Amino acid sequence: MKYLTTAIAALFVGGAALAGQIAPSDVVFEDGAVAQSLTGVAGDPENGKVLMNKGAGNCIACHEVTALQEWPFHGEVGPILDGAGERWSEAELRGIVSNAKVMFEGTIMPSFYKNTGYTRPGDAYTGKAAEGELAPLLTAQEVEDVVAYLMTLKYE
Amino acid sequence: MKKPIAGLALAAALALPSVAVADEDAKLIINGEIELVTETEPAAHLDGALRSVRSGWTFRTTETQALQMDDFDNPGMIFVDQALDSFETVDGAAGKSCASCHEDPAEFEGLRAQLPKYNEEAGEVWTMEMYVNNCRTERMEAEAWGWKSQPMLNMNALISLQSRGMPVNVAIDGPAQSVWEQGKEMYYTRYGQLELSCANCHEDNYDNYIRADHLSQGQTNGFPVYRLKQANLITQHNRFRGCIRDTRAHTFAEGSPEFVALELYVASRGNGLSVEAPSVRN
Ligand code: HEC
Ligand code: HEC
Repeated sequence: MKYLTTAIAALFVGGAALAGQIAPSDVVFEDGAVAQSLTGVAGDPENGKVLMNKGAGNCIACHEVTALQEWPFHGEVGPILDGAGERWSEAELRGIVSNAKVMFEGTIMPSFYKNTGYTRPGDAYTGKAAEGELAPLLTAQEVEDVVAYLMTLKYE
Repeated sequence: MKKPIAGLALAAALALPSVAVADEDAKLIINGEIELVTETEPAAHLDGALRSVRSGWTFRTTETQALQMDDFDNPGMIFVDQALDSFETVDGAAGKSCASCHEDPAEFEGLRAQLPKYNEEAGEVWTMEMYVNNCRTERMEAEAWGWKSQPMLNMNALISLQSRGMPVNVAIDGPAQSVWEQGKEMYYTRYGQLELSCANCHEDNYDNYIRADHLSQGQTNGFPVYRLKQANLITQHNRFRGCIRDTRAHTFAEGSPEFVALELYVASRGNGLSVEAPSVRN
């Protein structure tokens, strides 16, 4: 019985995730960094830029980014991200975006590639209880896209 | 020559909103005579969590601040007037109105400053809504009002107004202590998929902007507040719900024991601030 359940679970994960994609629980962190691409597909910085502003990313709710001044109202909760692509390696940025709490213990920054371990998780912004397995805030490819965008943030 | 001028105009337009940012040192004097305490020393039980305790009023724009400085401009006052009518209106099988037992709303001076508080007879901590509904069902034999129904909001505003200017002073010891502890635990719990606690926003980041919102300390001395965005009075529990929902969490219900506990704890963080109800917020 146990084997059967595991097999079904494996099938389910295999079906939900695209081939070559690393599941949230399988991400390997080393000193807060994640060396391996979550998808094996290069990130798209253009889509990453869009995610910085809206959708489940909404990074500028907390961070200011000079290169994104076309959008109003950048937050002040986190540090300004100018130069992030020079300050951090790609692996470090992947780690920070996937689960910043590994790099910065106890940080306020949400964990974008994680789907368990929450207190009273909701069904998005409805206020109702979440049902079934939660999707991470960003998909694996979206994390790669955001990281690709962050890599473009160099000091002048 | 055209470019720099356009640039200047743009800069001026951009600069406009910043003119409106809160004046931290502004004084809240209502109708030119009632001076309210909008900043005070933190209570000992805060254990140094806040350097100073500040009313949400100090974080609002000068325009929003001004609306609360004159009762003719304060949109919340219309609802107070409506409550004055319902105070006199007979309802329920006992054929009574509030006024049958309470001569004048002024009788309630000081009550709001102590709420929520432990009710000996009921053996639990009660909020304003619970006191009002107890009179409706037990003494008037009328239907209970919904927690966030208009008549409840209005009555809450009217009774709270009688304490305007008095310092919030909720008791957290004795039989209320365990409820207070529960509320405190909730305040520091990181709810939802965003894993954010009340403290993450209102203790660690007050005065910072989160997107377009200027974070306050999330104090409750102004409730029920008239919220411009909703064009109505809102309850504390409505606000708590919204804040928890915004963390992508499963919220608690208005009137739930959990929110009563949170209400007591949050009120205690504001001990010493003046009751401002009905205040005006954006
Ligand atoms: C709710 C607030 C919040 C949100 C939303 C948020 N962050 Fe952060 N972030 C922080 C904070 C606070 C820190 C500082 C780390 C600490 O706590 O010491 C941080 C740190 C970082 C850092 C490292 C700081 C540096 O030196 O540049 C990066 C990179 C970063 N965030 C990127 C992002 C990206 C990309 C997103 C969106 C996908 C995002 N953040 C969303 C709050 C946030
Ligand atoms: C993601 C950030 C965030 C979290 C988490 C959060 N709030 Fe808020 N809260 C806000 C914002 C933004 C406002 C509107 C601006 C302001 O008054 O601070 C607000 C307003 C309030 C107000 C109204 C203050 C006034 O003067 O009218 C109260 C009360 C409040 N929050 C309490 C809480 C409590 C209690 C919790 C936890 C259950 C909480 N908040 C969690 C962002 C947050």
